[in-house]
Amino acid sequence: MQKYANPTRFMKIADAVLPWLTTATVILFVAGLYLTSVAPPDYEQGHTVKIMFIHVPSAWLAMMCYTIIAASSVGSLIWRHPLADVSAKTAVPIGVAFTFLALVTGSLWGKPMWGTYWVWDARLTSVLVLFFLYLGLMALWQAIEDPSRAGRSAAILAIVGFVNVPIIKFSVDWWSTLHQPASVVKMSGPAIHSSILIPLLVMAAAFTCLFFVLHLRAMQNEILRRRVMAMRLLQVERAANVEAGAPAE
Amino acid sequence: MFGLGPHYGFIFASYAIVAFVLAGMIVWIAWDGRTQRRLLAELEAQGVTRRSKRHGSASADPDAVFSGSDK
Amino acid sequence: MKEFMSLVRRDLLLSWREGGAIGTALGFYLIVVAILPLGLGPDLNLLSRIAPGVLWVALLLAALLSVDRIFHNDYEDGTLEALALGPLPLEAITAAKCLAHWISTGIPLTLTAPVLGLLLNLDAQAFAVLVLTMLVGTPAVSFIGAIGAALTLGLRRGGLLLSLLVLPLYIPILIFGVSSVSAVISGPSSFTASFLILCALSMASIVLAPLACAAALKLNLQ
Repeated sequence: MQKYANPTRFMKIADAVLPWLTTATVILFVAGLYLTSVAPPDYEQGHTVKIMFIHVPSAWLAMMCYTIIAASSVGSLIWRHPLADVSAKTAVPIGVAFTFLALVTGSLWGKPMWGTYWVWDARLTSVLVLFFLYLGLMALWQAIEDPSRAGRSAAILAIVGFVNVPIIKFSVDWWSTLHQPASVVKMSGPAIHSSILIPLLVMAAAFTCLFFVLHLRAMQNEILRRRVMAMRLLQVERAANVEAGAPAE
Repeated sequence: MFGLGPHYGFIFASYAIVAFVLAGMIVWIAWDGRTQRRLLAELEAQGVTRRSKRHGSASADPDAVFSGSDK
Repeated sequence: MKEFMSLVRRDLLLSWREGGAIGTALGFYLIVVAILPLGLGPDLNLLSRIAPGVLWVALLLAALLSVDRIFHNDYEDGTLEALALGPLPLEAITAAKCLAHWISTGIPLTLTAPVLGLLLNLDAQAFAVLVLTMLVGTPAVSFIGAIGAALTLGLRRGGLLLSLLVLPLYIPILIFGVSSVSAVISGPSSFTASFLILCALSMASIVLAPLACAAALKLNLQ
């Protein structure tokens, strides 16, 4: 276990994986955008179905990213795994971005579909709550100065939030059936036609690859940042020793 | 317009905002990486080594790390 | 168990002697509910329709004001550290403090709610149910709020951060609290189902929240 916890080894593995992953991301995006542009309009929603090709992957990543944060938090709380801490920290801003995109594209999709930018539909509302959970995590990371305390506090909050996500989802579903009994337009009928499903899957794969590229890079950056901090501390320490007349080493 | 029906504005707006946010994130992470690597190189050029570091998780020096954890 | 009860008694006595905090929470509750008709207009039909929701939302906000005090004073003067060294596990200490907070804040707020219901023209048959659901729901408000209080202990602007962390976690309590009250008023949905889920949520938070609180407090007491 300790072997894989090693940040140096992680840097090497990430360096080896990233070029491939980046290439895959580019190819998937090119293919996905091409398929998106030639996808036929949906008979019910017309061309606005094209928004789905970016909305659904964003929403999917918003959830996957929170799961990764929660899993990393367990790792950093229980095993004190330094990489888990780095992973949980760097995934937060990326998750915020994808959740924000899911909300914005959802509301831009809602305007032509429902006539307003915002509907208190169960799905939109739960994504909004997820966004608040993300904001709380981000605020907690920023409010606590000591990095190790910040990491473990954020880990506790992420796990508490993760336990609550299904409960919140369930209660929002309950609430929305109470207030608008089945009046909302069904997203895409009983089964999604393959002409829409295939571009959707390719775009979802492209977004997922992009997420991993960004996350790995951000983790590398964070490791480097911690090294720079440690070296600066060391530099100051040595300078102080020299001034005090003691040998530097 | 562009064969996208009456709601082309919403379609373009959503693709534009996704492109903008994702590009912003890519640029920010790339820039951050360059900054950290440059800072690290500067510190190393000043002769600060981390071989004598006693605590902390991030040991860059491969020899120091592997003699500690692998053998 | 004896230590647990004496800790609860001590906290209750302290909050009784201190006095000001619960007064502030009750005053806040009153002013929020009173200011709403001024914004919405005095239409009694509208007010009675939204009364359960308004009373619940305002109760959550008022409780939130006092939640950060669960650990604050004991943390500042070092009592919390002394307690942590004592015979009780940290989980039991937090549970005792949350229980004391519920008795000293949750119950008074619950008892104020029907009075404020009069201001909002709350349906006559809903008063008993309102008090019942709030009595069941407010323990969860104290216990979940304590997680936020423990995480933000000793931080500058901790109170603001606390509301950002805790309010999303209150959403299920709010939804089931309001829906069981409105089920009695306007009907189609079942009161029993909402109410039982509210009970389940409350019990789950009483069991689980002390674990998270204790973990968060350990970080602060190191």
